[in-house]
Amino acid sequence: MTGSSDLSSPPVIVLDNLVKFFGRFAAIRGISASFAPGRLYVVLGDNGAGKSTLLRMVAGLMEPSQGSFTLLGTKNHREVAHRVGYMGHAPLLYDELSGMENLRYFAGLYGLNDDDICRKAMQMVGLDPELSRRIGQYSQGMRQRLSLARAVLHDPELILLDEPFSNVDMHSAREMAAVLGRVRDKGKTIFVVTHQAALMEGVADEFVHMAAGQVVSREERFRKAAVSNAEWTPR
Amino acid sequence: MTTLSVTRTTLLKDLRMEWRSKDAINSMLFFALLVVVIFSFAFNPTAEESRRIAGGLIWVAFLFAAVVALNQTWARELRNQVLDAYRVSPAPANALFLAKAIGNFFFVVVLEALMAPLFVVFYDLRSVGPVWQLIVVALLGTWALVVNGTFFAALSIRTRSREIMLPLILFPISIPALLAMVDATTSILTGEASPDFWIKMLAVYDLVFTAVCLLLFESVLNAE
Repeated sequence: MTGSSDLSSPPVIVLDNLVKFFGRFAAIRGISASFAPGRLYVVLGDNGAGKSTLLRMVAGLMEPSQGSFTLLGTKNHREVAHRVGYMGHAPLLYDELSGMENLRYFAGLYGLNDDDICRKAMQMVGLDPELSRRIGQYSQGMRQRLSLARAVLHDPELILLDEPFSNVDMHSAREMAAVLGRVRDKGKTIFVVTHQAALMEGVADEFVHMAAGQVVSREERFRKAAVSNAEWTPR
Repeated sequence: MTTLSVTRTTLLKDLRMEWRSKDAINSMLFFALLVVVIFSFAFNPTAEESRRIAGGLIWVAFLFAAVVALNQTWARELRNQVLDAYRVSPAPANALFLAKAIGNFFFVVVLEALMAPLFVVFYDLRSVGPVWQLIVVALLGTWALVVNGTFFAALSIRTRSREIMLPLILFPISIPALLAMVDATTSILTGEASPDFWIKMLAVYDLVFTAVCLLLFESVLNAE
């Protein structure tokens, strides 16, 4: 297996009987699992399976109703917030600002004041840093790519991506998947919640299947020896 | 990364966005202008009457106008769920609150500066007391309105009818500050009494509520 995937290293996430209720509805029903670092996990399941809820809990956006989880060796997620990147269902970007202005602002929240970092993040997802258009005038696919750039801007060890390929054309989605593979090859742990499993074939290390708020199976994948290094053409 | 640097970054971002959209300042100006003109025609007061009622009129106009801006502040953070990006970052919660409160303070002070000459013209206002005291009351009073307003606007962002919720929560809690602002302003305009007590009360109100808002904001930001 390529990359720095190391099953003997301490797990990056340990879930201990995690439960989440919305009113009387249990969205997550007692998940216990651990995930090794340096791997790309693809979380699959029908709508309402609890994929996004699980991701939001791990990102620190929701508290579990019962149980607990350890993230990068700590139970206090604020301590490791700078080591985690999160891309939500919505783009989490300001429509009134340009791509670079958005990234500059979010870089500032992580104590980064270097324009080069923002430029590189935009180039990594195939967007032109000189694009002065406001995000409100971007296509959905461009927003998704910028959202991915925002999530990885601060070079996090753990990257949580909720439906990163939604509204993205097939060509761009494949390129995004390749980018994720390259990021994983640098030793990052990535969780991708998606309905498009086929896109992640050959890139993913493991498919995690969820149903009715539980992890029902985990399926090891044998990915290709190396992920394409083809550059993404900026648009 | 410090609270100060994140506050500065967030404040500059908000000012840039407001400069481009002018959502808050336009709606505040329009609202305040309506109040000034309508009350002027409705009452047609003499200069002496104006000095007695202007304190109340000015602050009620600014309070209602400020609510418009306060609702806009957090609406921007809800579009595209941008607030989640802040919540997952290591940036301190209080930096966001301070940036929003300072931004709102700036917008309302700009509104007051633009509306003050209109009040003078429409109500034939001449201050008997020292004008610098009016500026102190304006600054302290404006902070009292925006610090609570920013906090309660954040508290009501997840409610369905947040435009109605904000004044419902904000107005009762602002009554002591409003009383101090109106009485201090009237005292200065008429020159009949010293505004010192009301100014001190406003300063204490500002200190207490700023401290309470800073202590509680993180819980409000992360409430589900």
